Amino acid sequence: MTSPSNPTPLANADRGGILDREGALAKLLIAPAVFYIAAMIGAPFVLALLYSLSDATTGDPGLRLIGFQNFRAALADPVFRLALRNTFVFTLLSQTIVIVLSRVLANALLKPFRGKWLVRFLIMLPWTAPISLGTIGWLWMFDSIFSPADWVLRYLGLLGTASSLFGGQTNMYWLGIPGLAISSVILVNVWRILPLATVIQLAGLSSIPKDLIEAAEVDGASPWRRTLMITIPLTLPIVSIAFLFGVVFTFTDLVVVYVLTRGGPVHTTQVLSSWTFFKGIEGGDLAQGAAISLFMFPVLAVVAIFILRMARRTEVV
Amino acid sequence: MGRVEIRAISKHFGAVRAVDHVDLATREGEFLVLLGPSGCGKTTLLRMIAGIEEPTSGVLVIDERVVTHLPPRMRNIAMVFQSYALYPHMTVYKNIAFPLRARGVDEEAVRRKVEWAAGMFKIGRLLDRKPRELSGGERQRVALARAMVREPSVFLLDEPLSNLDALLRASAREELRQFQRRAGVTTIYVTHDQVEAMGLGDRIVVMNQGKVRQVGTPLEIYQWPADTFVATFVGSPPMNLLEQEDVLLGFRPETFRPVDAVEGSEGVVTFPFEVTYTEYLGAERLVYGNVGEKSHARHVVSRLPGSLTLPLETGKTYPFAVARRDLRRFHRKSGLAFSGEST
Amino acid sequence: MANIGKIARRGGLYTLLGGFALFGAFPFYWMVIATFKEDHDLFSPLNNPFLFNEPPTLDHLRLLFFETHFVGYLLNTLLVGLAVVVITLATAVPAAYALARWARGWGETLGIGIFLTYLVPPTILFIPLSRFASFFGLQESLWSLILVYPTFTIPFCTWLLMGFFKTIPKDIEEQAMIDGLSRLGAMTKVVLPLGISGILTVVVFSFTLSMHEFIYALTFISVSAKKTVSIGVPTELVRGDVFQWGPLMAGALIASIPVAVVYTFFLDRFVAGFTMGAVK
Repeated sequence: MTSPSNPTPLANADRGGILDREGALAKLLIAPAVFYIAAMIGAPFVLALLYSLSDATTGDPGLRLIGFQNFRAALADPVFRLALRNTFVFTLLSQTIVIVLSRVLANALLKPFRGKWLVRFLIMLPWTAPISLGTIGWLWMFDSIFSPADWVLRYLGLLGTASSLFGGQTNMYWLGIPGLAISSVILVNVWRILPLATVIQLAGLSSIPKDLIEAAEVDGASPWRRTLMITIPLTLPIVSIAFLFGVVFTFTDLVVVYVLTRGGPVHTTQVLSSWTFFKGIEGGDLAQGAAISLFMFPVLAVVAIFILRMARRTEVV
Repeated sequence: MGRVEIRAISKHFGAVRAVDHVDLATREGEFLVLLGPSGCGKTTLLRMIAGIEEPTSGVLVIDERVVTHLPPRMRNIAMVFQSYALYPHMTVYKNIAFPLRARGVDEEAVRRKVEWAAGMFKIGRLLDRKPRELSGGERQRVALARAMVREPSVFLLDEPLSNLDALLRASAREELRQFQRRAGVTTIYVTHDQVEAMGLGDRIVVMNQGKVRQVGTPLEIYQWPADTFVATFVGSPPMNLLEQEDVLLGFRPETFRPVDAVEGSEGVVTFPFEVTYTEYLGAERLVYGNVGEKSHARHVVSRLPGSLTLPLETGKTYPFAVARRDLRRFHRKSGLAFSGEST
Repeated sequence: MANIGKIARRGGLYTLLGGFALFGAFPFYWMVIATFKEDHDLFSPLNNPFLFNEPPTLDHLRLLFFETHFVGYLLNTLLVGLAVVVITLATAVPAAYALARWARGWGETLGIGIFLTYLVPPTILFIPLSRFASFFGLQESLWSLILVYPTFTIPFCTWLLMGFFKTIPKDIEEQAMIDGLSRLGAMTKVVLPLGISGILTVVVFSFTLSMHEFIYALTFISVSAKKTVSIGVPTELVRGDVFQWGPLMAGALIASIPVAVVYTFFLDRFVAGFTMGAVK
């Protein structure tokens, strides 16, 4: 081996600037995002916690901590209890329907057919168009006088005469009668989330390796058995993800209820988010509003844990 | 120009010592091959020379300048990756021009140099294509042209032939060697393929588990392995090793022949060889079998020229021998060759 | 026989898909009808609501564009959307790149942490954030929306882009550094051009979500001229209990369709990021 010669020492200035130092550069590039999230999500979240323990109002937003009174008051309020129940009922019912329908729809969309892009566009509209505007279409559908749905019922003789199935009145008053209003809200929630769940399921179904199904076919498994033993277990994580995201969006949604019923008739369609809005913003009771909204948090935390688990599990596959 | 000195370089990834205290120096204009099994640290060492991995400790000198902590662009090195790493969104011309433009060379000079480099690798007609429109061999030429276009003082290659099919690989090897001779650029070449290493290298550095096991010419590496690792890693089939008390006796399969076919002015050592299996490969014949008593028989291989048509039957024992000058001796515990027996 | 079975299956498939397409799209069909229908026709409960019983009219559109703030809503939405896109790109692109490339171990954890903040809903944050807005004197200002909308675009887009950057081979940027660029130069000159489809996805996503947003806009803005489309149309075109159905439906339609078209193109990528890579 050749003996080492004497190299010129390296001046500090020659080391390349910050633009070359990975560690420093990494922190510099990540900092704005982390700072923003801390300031605009972290801090407000903490403030929501503090408000819920205080007696702050819009007129007097100072923080005087009064303990858990707001939560107790909320629980004692029958409207809150109704909103809590509705939130769960609306979410679980609509998402169960969504999962079933999206599976059927995804299977249909997997098949080749002409005009797929148009069908896809139409099916996706409820998710791709702004929800507050899409819901307006439903508002007309459920209008107390001009409802096209009522017109169809009348046309078919199911409404409007004494012997009709739905009675002699000329209109159903979809949003004016508690049972119908609840069904309407659930229906619009299904309509809203179905496209999202379909796209997720579609991706899940098309990611099943073809040779796996062919192998099962060669092994003599019936179509029914193939579905049961291969398709369902393999797509279960994806279905769960579709369900969990559907839950997050429905559980925290304000728009559908706000635009359709504003919680009425007489609070029967009130949900946690709408009640938070009416109490906290329109009523000006920041403390109560914050407390009501925080009742959503445990559910969201649980959902987040499940989503993480699902994502991990699918990563392994 | 073109001297790389590596002084006590180490690289640890957590508890793993990928490169462990390596000392190495290139000679000007030489073709140095880093050879070793995958995970031996050869690629990490190359990446440290390139500057895309920072050493945990040690000093790196290129052309009398300490570059240990310099970013790659300040080292005047060029590198060709295993994947060729062509910029997929740029044409061949722009790919080759990239290192020049990054250094602010004026467009007229860029055009001249790109054409020069393209001519050298005979890819002039490909200049307007995108990398995805090229064959494997063409991509490799583009990568080489891009590396050479700015006339680096050191040229680093990371298994550049491993993505080519076997047929292309042989001709690419030859071309690479000729081109390196012509350009005279110091070249460090990483491979796990001993045929490439033997065929290309002026000197070979055999590495294992982060350490350099031997540095030498292909002849030295093959004839005088520094330890049992080198003895068994280089050569196919590897060197036979027999235990004799506290010594390991080593001999290449082609030196192990029927007694009559061995010439040895310094004498021969004979072994009774029980044949268990033979493979006829055309130019040569590989004979597998055992040497020694039943209780501690050792598996050895003999490689005979195809022209030697002597019948060898499975299950029978024949007298085989090795010339004394072809025998190598290693310490049984350390595996190191006896001193004075290797160069 | 086999042929008949095949035709029946085809028929079944088309019926099924047709039914779903109808379900998804018919509120928008009503918008089209109502937009061009004479008020007199629209408000006759006995008229067939599916058809034009009187010749179509452009009155509602004229009313919408010239006698309401609708054009203003569109401009406000555009302004807020573009500003949010710029802020999101400036924040999420560097963060995603750094997390994807340089931060082994803790990078992944921090990335997941950032994504999880996406699950904290506006319905929890809008009360404290409304106080933020008034603290900074931003009530009734579009700036309050520009400041707040990145709360849902940054976490998601950072996550989405992390996935995109991970698919770009590391070799390429190492090569760029050897070819003479700095660490940062390799990112801006080589990686960003290669990640352009990811960046485009983020642009579309940030814009459409800003346009969809409802709660913050409803809470922070009450002056009609400052409203965005998503709240302007449903709150301003309703006077007390009197719905101006024609203009209302026209406004909803005009604001919905373009964004829906663009969104549809990017839906698959969006969902892939959304499900944390669980959907390949």
